[in-house]
Amino acid sequence: MSVDEATVRRIAKLARIGVEEAELAGLAQELSQILKFVEQLNELDTAGVTPLTSAVETQIKRRADEVMDGEIVDQILANAPSRDEEFFAVPKVVE
Amino acid sequence: MSELVDLDLVAARDGLRKKDFTAVELCEAHIKQMQEARALNAVVHEVADIALTMAAQSDARLAAGSTAPLEGLPIGVKDLFCTKGVQTTACSNILGGFTPTYESTVTQNLWDAGAVMLGKLNNDEFAMGSSNETSRFGAVINPWRREGTDAALVPGGSSGGSSAAVAAHIGVAATATDTGGSIRQPAAFTGTVGLKPTYGRCSRWGIVAFASSLDQAGPITRTVRDAAIMLGAMAGHDAKDTTSIDAPVPDYEAALTGDIRGLKVGIPREYRVDGMSPEIEALWQKGIDWLKAAGADIVDISLPHTHYALPAYYIIAPAEASSNLARYDGVRYGARVEGGDIDGMYEATRAAGFGDEVRRRIMIGTYVLSAGYYDAYYVKALQVRRLIANDFSAAFEQCDVVLTPTTPSAAFAMGSNQDDPLTMYLNDVFTVTANLAGVPAMSLPAGLDKDGLPLGLQLIGPAFGEETLLRTAQVMETAAGFIARPQKWWV
Repeated sequence: MSVDEATVRRIAKLARIGVEEAELAGLAQELSQILKFVEQLNELDTAGVTPLTSAVETQIKRRADEVMDGEIVDQILANAPSRDEEFFAVPKVVE
Repeated sequence: MSELVDLDLVAARDGLRKKDFTAVELCEAHIKQMQEARALNAVVHEVADIALTMAAQSDARLAAGSTAPLEGLPIGVKDLFCTKGVQTTACSNILGGFTPTYESTVTQNLWDAGAVMLGKLNNDEFAMGSSNETSRFGAVINPWRREGTDAALVPGGSSGGSSAAVAAHIGVAATATDTGGSIRQPAAFTGTVGLKPTYGRCSRWGIVAFASSLDQAGPITRTVRDAAIMLGAMAGHDAKDTTSIDAPVPDYEAALTGDIRGLKVGIPREYRVDGMSPEIEALWQKGIDWLKAAGADIVDISLPHTHYALPAYYIIAPAEASSNLARYDGVRYGARVEGGDIDGMYEATRAAGFGDEVRRRIMIGTYVLSAGYYDAYYVKALQVRRLIANDFSAAFEQCDVVLTPTTPSAAFAMGSNQDDPLTMYLNDVFTVTANLAGVPAMSLPAGLDKDGLPLGLQLIGPAFGEETLLRTAQVMETAAGFIARPQKWWV
């Protein structure tokens, strides 16, 4: 399927990546080309094939519900671009 | 002491144990080598002071009789592994000056085994690439050149800093990661040995995620025995990664018996792709002849869905990447670009932080996972992944190991595949199947092409078949007698 500029704009919005108007045409062309390539899969009949979601079949492991660490606020905030006391700071989200 | 950098991992280990030299001397020689090789751009963050401190600690332990497997051995770490207190960026602008407050399990295992960290190694941004040209720190230059020219070649990718650092003797070994071929293709391009273990053999905890169901850490080294020792130190169960396998780590070095009599080696007819160069074809035949001469039996096999592996990969890997990379939002770590409200901040941060290839893959992944397309693309790709895994299960009923070329060509010139993302993707045509099936695979240097560039052969084994892979690879290594080295033009 080939994607148009409106679709690129919609995908960019979903992915939260700002894209300039001037870039839309080029991106539409690149993404269309890649989608055309992956659509080769439609040559295969996969009716009834169970999707493989995990390369090595294993049971999901369980562990005891214990506190492993904690009291490390400074470590957690050490790389924050913006902090306020013991919190990550973001632009205002509620009016 | 320049000769100290000529030692491979085993020779350096044995020399340290015999007290021929100290870990500090070995480390100093490699630091000098690292500094002299800055033109290659393999190392993005040198940590000479940390290396010397670690080496001095190794000397104290060696004096006390330590026989830890990597005691005192200087290695490089791909910038995808979180290293406590040492900047880790996945070579992306979006991670800014991120400095982890914790250590990845694999690197912790290496330090526990006595290894010494020389620095963080370059890679394609978020490990997305086959040429190491998408790094925020710029491209890595392959130590190898075509005979009679000084044109710059790529070292492969995404672990191009790792492959270049090992080929240029900056470190005795390096860590790397492989999602679609990112250990094996760079190894093939630089005349080194690269091993991607079985999915789950090494913990992914603390490694910057690209496509979690495909990512696996492994070593790049100069010999097969070195790879066995590195893998033994890196591997193991980790409660912090629920996909890591709770099975004992074998003594991989002990598996190198040199005896492969009766081993069944599968040759998959689907890997004879259209337009394969006669040189690669001839090298493959040479590999078959070496194995026959060592007493192995050659079996023709079929992996019928090979042709569909790359298209399936370019749905699954971007889909997982779009989800994994959603965490880079300018809030908890990394770079932030203000943009008015919070959505504006996210969009500005991610527009500035991601390079073109990463943005392309996030957008493809977002598209194939979006409402209305999920079944047609993503589920379809997972079904094809099942067919590819089934191909290998059937093949390993007929053979113990599969032999193929690693790459369709030798290292190519910088800038040559930049215009067309699909041409670049074709580099992974022989390697990507092992990631989709979760099975182990390795590349070893097998010869030189007409221009004097290294070419690699790949061995693929069944899940947890690393011992057979290593044993077979060592027999081939001996037969190949690959001793060529790049000229040290960069000093």
